[in-house]
Amino acid sequence: MATATTSSAITKDKLLWMYETMVLIRKFEEQARREQDSGRLRGTHSAIGQEAVPTGICAHLKDTDFVLGNHRSHHHCIAKGVDVNEMMAELLGKVTGTNRGKGGTMHIADITKGMLGANGVVGSNIPVATGVGLSAKTRKTDQVSVVFFGDGAAQQGSLHESINLAAIWKLPVIYVCENNRYAESTPFEYSVAGGSIANRAAGYGVPGVTVDGQNVLDMYEVGGEAVRRARAGEGPTLIEAQTYRYFGHYGADNPLGYRSKEEQDHYMSKDCIRQMRKHLTESKFATGAELDAIDKDCHTRIEAATKFGVDSPFPDLDELTTDVYIKYP
Amino acid sequence: MAQTKTRNLTFVQAINEGIRQELERDPNVIVMGVDVAGAAGKADQGFIDHFGGSFGMTKGLIQKFGPERILDTPIAENGFIGAGVGAAATGLRPLVDLMFAGFVGVAGDQIFNNAAKMHYMFGGKVKIPLTIQCQTSAGHGSAAQHSETLYALFTHMPGLKCVVPSDPYTAKGLEIAAIRDDDPVIIFQSITLMGMNFDVNVPEEPYTLPIGKARIVKEGTDVTLIGIGLTTQICLQAAKQLEKQGYSAEVVDLLSLSPLDEEAILESVRKTRKIVITDEDYPRCSVSSDISALVAEQAFDILDAPPVRVTAPHASVPYSPVLEEAYLISETKVLQAAMSLLE
Repeated sequence: MATATTSSAITKDKLLWMYETMVLIRKFEEQARREQDSGRLRGTHSAIGQEAVPTGICAHLKDTDFVLGNHRSHHHCIAKGVDVNEMMAELLGKVTGTNRGKGGTMHIADITKGMLGANGVVGSNIPVATGVGLSAKTRKTDQVSVVFFGDGAAQQGSLHESINLAAIWKLPVIYVCENNRYAESTPFEYSVAGGSIANRAAGYGVPGVTVDGQNVLDMYEVGGEAVRRARAGEGPTLIEAQTYRYFGHYGADNPLGYRSKEEQDHYMSKDCIRQMRKHLTESKFATGAELDAIDKDCHTRIEAATKFGVDSPFPDLDELTTDVYIKYP
Repeated sequence: MAQTKTRNLTFVQAINEGIRQELERDPNVIVMGVDVAGAAGKADQGFIDHFGGSFGMTKGLIQKFGPERILDTPIAENGFIGAGVGAAATGLRPLVDLMFAGFVGVAGDQIFNNAAKMHYMFGGKVKIPLTIQCQTSAGHGSAAQHSETLYALFTHMPGLKCVVPSDPYTAKGLEIAAIRDDDPVIIFQSITLMGMNFDVNVPEEPYTLPIGKARIVKEGTDVTLIGIGLTTQICLQAAKQLEKQGYSAEVVDLLSLSPLDEEAILESVRKTRKIVITDEDYPRCSVSSDISALVAEQAFDILDAPPVRVTAPHASVPYSPVLEEAYLISETKVLQAAMSLLE
């Protein structure tokens, strides 16, 4: 397990960006749950609890770098800088959404921000991200490709095929497994032979790092080294971030059908936002009042995003068959 | 084309030339696949380009363009076709060789869920200029998994374009057109066509054929024969036999299955009032049944008789030479189908 970094090496701006990003994700996801409960939204995969994972990695990325996600990807999008107004509009199926209302919660993409898409098929984006790395290498840019996936996806053959390719071609790809302990309701302990995903990296001769995914500073540390390696042409890294989703797999799924209240309480006691808040105030990087102001600002932004989404129009019916092709006579 | 120098090339040579010219034209074009060169990484030991693709379609390219652009992959079709999708989404124009069409079974996720859908599900904001070429056709003793055409699987998918060359001229023109196209395009290359001699002139200069346009390879007035790739050649042979018996057959070479040139089919049928549809693929939910439905729905009043289809049976490709011979579309089968309408 990678150990905690000291935040003294990180600028205050960066620390506060990470705090703010995690809070913004949390509030976005809380609002998405409310929209779901109200019936305006037909269910999402909540990322609440997992905010630190993409935040610590994306803190090292530029707009020109790429992130690819999975079915649970709102936190990846926000950490990569996708506009929350457009995201909320997309969730509500509106034409002002990131994807003009044609993708929805599982496919949010904004290539102008380097978010090359969430993907609803488990393990499906891992080869795509590998090709993004190949593209960066072939075009001789210093771009980095990061793909986030779960412990479930780590059992797909696509991961094996992709890390092998990235290793033999030394591609600038970072494979980030968010091990939240459950593939839908199937426990990690049941489905992962060998007890570790990161250890599998050794078979490909690439670094495999296990990190506390509830600690954004640890994520930042591990992400920094992986991004450095990628930009330097040293090849891929596999990161296993140990995290926890607070809610069920999807929509109204009740996780108490496969895990205990005690287990949930244990992981929730290590909440990433609370930990970071404590660190920032105890280390005097920020006062409680400063952080409260960030919380309030995020709340306001999500309220505005919701209003934007709700007030936006649905797509015209013409859009049903547009953008199937770029050109189709 | 009048002033362009032309020569007689084989199907494989024409494709090879098209790919080479695109690699020269655009530095973002790359080629990926299993043994597209061969002996990867052993050039310093004197081993290079052992295969040049399983059928030699990419022979000689690695010497000219290097291993950065002619990429031998591990046998990991889902992995490297997915990599082609990601590369295409971020500025490259990859040509990926799947080898046999049946191998789509291991790469289906990337083709059907990503290549076909990303442009639409991302609201038109990402383009995937990916070309996948695959090889088709029974008749070579390769049995069930290495002989299929599977046109229908790919044609079914919104977001994919599908083209099928029928001779060296169309092979080069469609190869270049596919690589330059901004949508994902699947090219089906019949290995039977690779072994045939053609009296067809192929221009030296690069050229494209429009994706979505059929061509009339033989004009006629008594019956329409629809050909796809290899079966266009079989239809031409059958048309000659029909000629001897006093019948004038029109042969429509589809060239593109998606988009489908419906107007070319309907226009021919309006003239001949009879149609035989030939297709190496399985008969159910197929391009042949699709065309049959098209003429039934849109030219019913004009038809003298119901459409007739000549297809593979609803069975996998057999190994035994006797069974395989019976499996194939033949000149005789097409002739019989046409005569059933004419007599």
